[in-house]
Amino acid sequence: MNSDISQQLQKQVQNAFEKKTALCIIGGNSKSFYGRVDARSASAEALDVSGHLGVLNYEPTELVITARAGTPLQDIENLLEENGQMLPFEPPAFTDNATIGGTIACNLSGPRRAYAGAARDFLLGCKIINGKGEILSFGGEVMKNVAGYDVSRLMAGAMGTLGILLEVSLKVLPKPEVESTQLFQCSAVEALEKIHDWSQTPLPLSASSYHDSILRIRLSGATEAVKAAVDTVGGDTMAEAKQYWQQLKEQRLDFFTGEKPLWRISLASDIESLELPAEHDKDDCLYEWGGALRWLKSDIPAEVIQCAAADMDGQASLFRHDGQSSIFQPLPPGLMRIHQNLKQAFDPENILNPGKLYPEL
Amino acid sequence: MYSPEKTESTLSNSALIDALQQIIPAGSLLFAEEDLRPYECDGLSAYRAIPLAVVLAETIEQVQQVLSLCHEHRVPVVARGAGTGLSGGALPHEQGVLLSLAKFKNIIGINPKRRIARVQPGVRNLAISETADKYGLYYAPDPSSQIACTIGGNVAENSGGVHCLKYGLTVHNIQQLKIITIDGELLNIGGSGLDSAGYDLLALMTGSEGMLGVIVEVTVKLLPKPERAQVLLAAFDDVVKAGEAVGNIIAAGIIPGGLEMMDRLAIKAAEDFVHAGYPLDAEAILLCELDGTNEEVSVHVLKVREVLKQSGATEVRTARDEAERQVFWQGRKAAFPAVGRLSPDYYCMDGTIPRKQLPQVLKAMADLSAEYELPVANVFHAGDGNLHPLILYDANIPGELERTEEFGGRILELCVEVGGTITGEHGVGMEKINQMCVQFNSLELQQFHAVKAAFDPKGLLNPGKAVPTLHRCAEFGAMHVHKGELPFPELERF
Repeated sequence: MNSDISQQLQKQVQNAFEKKTALCIIGGNSKSFYGRVDARSASAEALDVSGHLGVLNYEPTELVITARAGTPLQDIENLLEENGQMLPFEPPAFTDNATIGGTIACNLSGPRRAYAGAARDFLLGCKIINGKGEILSFGGEVMKNVAGYDVSRLMAGAMGTLGILLEVSLKVLPKPEVESTQLFQCSAVEALEKIHDWSQTPLPLSASSYHDSILRIRLSGATEAVKAAVDTVGGDTMAEAKQYWQQLKEQRLDFFTGEKPLWRISLASDIESLELPAEHDKDDCLYEWGGALRWLKSDIPAEVIQCAAADMDGQASLFRHDGQSSIFQPLPPGLMRIHQNLKQAFDPENILNPGKLYPEL
Repeated sequence: MYSPEKTESTLSNSALIDALQQIIPAGSLLFAEEDLRPYECDGLSAYRAIPLAVVLAETIEQVQQVLSLCHEHRVPVVARGAGTGLSGGALPHEQGVLLSLAKFKNIIGINPKRRIARVQPGVRNLAISETADKYGLYYAPDPSSQIACTIGGNVAENSGGVHCLKYGLTVHNIQQLKIITIDGELLNIGGSGLDSAGYDLLALMTGSEGMLGVIVEVTVKLLPKPERAQVLLAAFDDVVKAGEAVGNIIAAGIIPGGLEMMDRLAIKAAEDFVHAGYPLDAEAILLCELDGTNEEVSVHVLKVREVLKQSGATEVRTARDEAERQVFWQGRKAAFPAVGRLSPDYYCMDGTIPRKQLPQVLKAMADLSAEYELPVANVFHAGDGNLHPLILYDANIPGELERTEEFGGRILELCVEVGGTITGEHGVGMEKINQMCVQFNSLELQQFHAVKAAFDPKGLLNPGKAVPTLHRCAEFGAMHVHKGELPFPELERF
């Protein structure tokens, strides 16, 4: 599939800019649950990027792929797979129609993130429409590029509030030859200790999780290297591990069911406790990324969770929710001022996904 | 030729010195010309300027006070680390303050569990790895100046090195920053976890060349030291074959820790200088370093040997031991000074291209070399497409520096033309300010200026560097008419 609707999108943004009407940017609608619901977005006009499709450049030996933002994530992953390559940040799709643009806009990464990097780390360049309807290109298709400010990476995680992604260029990597997942029955404290010990050695770690008293670590690389690493760490080899990591990434494990709001807490991996109720309840907490990402199912107030995270120099965001207002970790005033200035610099009429990240943006 | 943007300070020079004396102790404030002279340039010594004063700040409070003062009175501020930068980013402003962070040289702490080091900006790049060594950890980005360059400067320039393809640039290897804005406010950027809330200001600050804020603390990520590293040296009778070999290694699913290419002139210069045993009859050599676990390296060395042979290498050597590995690298690491021995001066360029364009770019560069009658040696971070052509010239011959700069500019424009960039790791600074007009159009440059204004609305931090004004581009464009069309046709001409 190949279709270029950039002019049509540009026209729609230019019109919205002139009329000062809010736009709600939509790709595959796979992550519409994520982010704030703002009064302004209810009346916003939909800007549908999903028709802006197609891989524009992919040469496996250059380790770079460039695609239009509406290209389905699945198509890109299939194409890479055919060539023995992958998106190293293992992005979640949540539904079959997730797009590469939405993936980058949300900057969500999967189990490999702690060992390979996040979506933003693999973003080399992008073409955007800013809030004035101008089409601009930043970065490029090469690994090393320090010309101008890193506006591309600024787009990753901005959730469309600074610009509409039209094209993205991403670094890709070869798929590992083999993978093996090892299981260990242990307490949370022991799990963190083990994972910290291993992380300080050159083991080929590529994922880790802890839930329900079980630590799982994934080792990836050349056959001989993984075999040697398995011998070093021990534990039981998990059957159907591929399916497990897939379900973890896509949030299809039983853990992700239930009524309670789901919190995504990012903090230093060696912090044992945030002193929150239910934090150590084995049903309600799951660790990833060697302890640096903690999923918590909890209905205690947002302020309590976010204050506890801030006290530890971390942050908490409400990932799946029932319409609470504070979704993302509040920013200190100095940082918020810079955020507002940047929003003004890219979207002076505040028409792009207003309020999606913070009420002030 | 570069000239700084004019500023309108509301303070006389003597009043500025008086005000700075209220903040900074006597030994840390320089304003006599003989004391200012050592700060007149950075690693790009062809350009020099004397600032009004040099402040050797020691505390965050001092930096805050100096910036507040300069902000209030519209005095330009240029931040400086070790001054090893190659693009003139730390070139002083004649009407401004040069703010040196060199005294911020404490390693605040290393946390081996979190695999991070918290350091002040004046800490040398190599000192981080040396200190982390006792935990079996190291800091991956290794710019060639790592023995001297500071981490604050590395962040400001988004420095790379020879291991970027596998381990990334500075932006991939830092976790948290403390910066002071031009109005003196301390901001914490990033967090102690892997995610941080809001916009990715960590990425925006990295490589911002001192235009957005002054870095006063950096938290870097550390990696476990690889169990083993082994290097292969392959000779080719044709640079095109060497370029293809790089693609073939990657196609085999291997990402080497380092992958470097040198051309005939660079090989000869290096060999004459350090006697690394490089084959002098080769048109190009590749150095391929594989690192990781013992087993992985063993498998990959065999695989890469095979790939290199199949790609037409005339010779493939594997370093037998650590000593020989060091010898193989020595020639590459000494390539710049080695080339420096061939000629009174050399000018180091820094463009990046999609690797497949290498043959075309090398050919065009050879043509330009003939046109300008200036020899060029090529050293190439082949894995990531980052070229370092070294133009040999003699600054004492009138007009030769100008000719060299023009030649260099043409090389950078060539990089943009084939889909690459004017700077891979050295930054724009003042050196490549004109070529920014080639890489970006006026709307994109305006967007950059808007980003700058979001942090520094008065334009006092490192004014005139990194992002050209549209008028500068119009003037530059007047000299460079492409395809019969003037760039920036919408601008008035003066």
